[in-house]
Amino acid sequence: MPKLIKNRSVVEDDFVLIKEFNEGDAVPAGKIILPVQVYLDQRAELAGRDDVAVWLESDQPAELLKEIADEVAFLAVNFPKFADGRGYSYARLIRERFNYTGELRAIGDVLLDQLHFMARCGFDSFAVREDRDAEEALKAFEAFRYSYQGANDDPSPLFRKRLG
Amino acid sequence: MYVYDDYDHAIIEDRVNQFRDQTNRYFDGKLSEEEFLPLRLQNGLYVQRMAPMLRVAVPYGMLASNQLRKLAEIARKYDKGYAHFSTRQNVQFNWPELADVPEILAELATVEMHAVQTSGNCIRNTTTDQFAGVCHGEIEDPRPYCEIIRQWSTFHPEFAFLPRKFKIAVNANTLSDRSATDVHDISLHLVKNDAGETGFRVVAGGGLGRTPIIGSTIREYLPAEDLLTYLDAIIRVYNQKGNRLNKYKARIKILVKALTPEVFAELVEEEWSHIKDSDSKLTPELIEKMKSYFTEPAYEALSDNNEAFEAKLAESKGFANWVKRNVAEHKKPGYAVATLAIKRPGHAPGDVTDLQLEKIADLADKYSFGEARTTHEQNIVLADVKKSDLYAIWEEAKEAGFATPNLGLLTDMICCPGGDYCALANAKSIPVADEIMRRFDDIDYLHDLGDIDLNISGCMNACGHHHVGNIGILGVDKKGEEFYQISLGGDSGKITDTAIGKILGPSFKRDEVVNVLDKILNIYVEHRQDDELFIDTFNRIGMSTFKERVYAKAN
Repeated sequence: MPKLIKNRSVVEDDFVLIKEFNEGDAVPAGKIILPVQVYLDQRAELAGRDDVAVWLESDQPAELLKEIADEVAFLAVNFPKFADGRGYSYARLIRERFNYTGELRAIGDVLLDQLHFMARCGFDSFAVREDRDAEEALKAFEAFRYSYQGANDDPSPLFRKRLG
Repeated sequence: MYVYDDYDHAIIEDRVNQFRDQTNRYFDGKLSEEEFLPLRLQNGLYVQRMAPMLRVAVPYGMLASNQLRKLAEIARKYDKGYAHFSTRQNVQFNWPELADVPEILAELATVEMHAVQTSGNCIRNTTTDQFAGVCHGEIEDPRPYCEIIRQWSTFHPEFAFLPRKFKIAVNANTLSDRSATDVHDISLHLVKNDAGETGFRVVAGGGLGRTPIIGSTIREYLPAEDLLTYLDAIIRVYNQKGNRLNKYKARIKILVKALTPEVFAELVEEEWSHIKDSDSKLTPELIEKMKSYFTEPAYEALSDNNEAFEAKLAESKGFANWVKRNVAEHKKPGYAVATLAIKRPGHAPGDVTDLQLEKIADLADKYSFGEARTTHEQNIVLADVKKSDLYAIWEEAKEAGFATPNLGLLTDMICCPGGDYCALANAKSIPVADEIMRRFDDIDYLHDLGDIDLNISGCMNACGHHHVGNIGILGVDKKGEEFYQISLGGDSGKITDTAIGKILGPSFKRDEVVNVLDKILNIYVEHRQDDELFIDTFNRIGMSTFKERVYAKAN
């Protein structure tokens, strides 16, 4: 079973990521993460299930998640390449604009050196790429003691703390 | 100058340790080349033709003498004894070993310096006027705002992986623009509103490179306290909508142009409406606190007329020439701004030796409150010197090779490292600069020609800003041979009329460049009226006169 960082510790991930979905296929039973468009297309049938999460591709607008955020198991945002940084803005919109409080998972090219930024933007679970050591990746959360700017994890910028 | 507190020290120390760990993991094979690339770039580390190149941030160009001495020490210990000042006010080392870089960063941290975000697709060092705080015509000192931007942009978690690099410049001067502000991704012009309050005119979507574009004003007045939330809104829009498929179309300028500035501005305003009152909104207390780091040094009350200075001016033509070109007016009576010209034949523009760095530090300590500044034109400024000290400074600068009285003249060129060092370049640029410097070495002729910006880039990426040079030279590759394309009419010195140069015609071989330049200058001299500058003559008579003469068949 793939590893997942959740609540700053490594756990087994029992959700299955459905990367590709051909039109006409039946939606599988069990815990799955569906492409958001598939979910939207079959929303009426799937809305009752509590074991269906959805994932957003980086070239899709975050707004697709707005209406369905509270009826799915959780939301995931894909990083097709770690250098594709759109997901950071999506995470902040999902948290701060859509007021989503459930699990927000980073999937795809998720690597140690990006976790600090992801966590600051509102991700709270991380499907670290399978060829990497998830335990070692935990140290990313200890990299910085302070941050200058406000973000989702702590909206108060350092300048406010300095002024007391 | 800004002084680190415990927080700043902790953040930079943590960064050094993080990079040490990343470098170790790279050497251990736990980070692939591709994965390490953006991590090292965000620490200013390129891998160039010969060796890695480390770019150290000089926030908005300010250097204290102890920092200059540390740079000299690093140049000696880890490099071949010299460093290079870039057009974005930073310092580069061309020969460090990759394995030494964490240690170099640790040494830099001891003098409150770093290499954070000096490269990579993130927010880069914010630049401004090298005469900030000391010149006439300034709305307010721009540096407190530059430092606010520096802190906000440092490790900004949302904007570490933008579509492309992102550069911000701040201008506060109403008389001239010394930092090519409007060819930046965002340029901020300090302005006052009708109520006398300070704010910014916000310009977005400028840039050089393959598609040079002058930025468009997207907001006429932004209150100063809204600075960071508005920047967040602009970059959040860009981060989501910028082109990520084609790196040549990835800069914000392409997005602003494609959407039109009006539509882009609407998107920004919409985004901003949600975040403008967040905790990131600045407070008057913070702005005041930041201003307290950039207060005036302990100026003496002096008369603006200094007899000894005037006597030396009358006595020495060399000194008078230097003062005319390299010394600028200071807002305080009896003080002046002296620029050390560090370009000279046989040396790449912007290159300085370790000993020269130490000499600059000594001059700064002795004459200018221990501070120096780097400039967009790759020179060094002593911003607070007494007029009565100018003669002594000139003599010391002359000895160190810093006193060529060529500031703003033809041979005060901007030049990228070019094909000698850079893996991207199509052609060499330093030898061209060198040939120009050697050919045009008659200082009286250079003074007679007056202000001319000559900018040289070794490729389309335009690091030498050839587009905004009055005369621009661009290296191009034609079937493996180096050619040079010449453009005329670029201009970056004006507040509202930044202009992109136009191409003169077919490109030239390297050995033809100097002669072509000579022809161009002769045409100018023949046509100029009174004290008309090159750029003004060009704008009056147009390209055709130049084109006809330069390409006329010899008979």
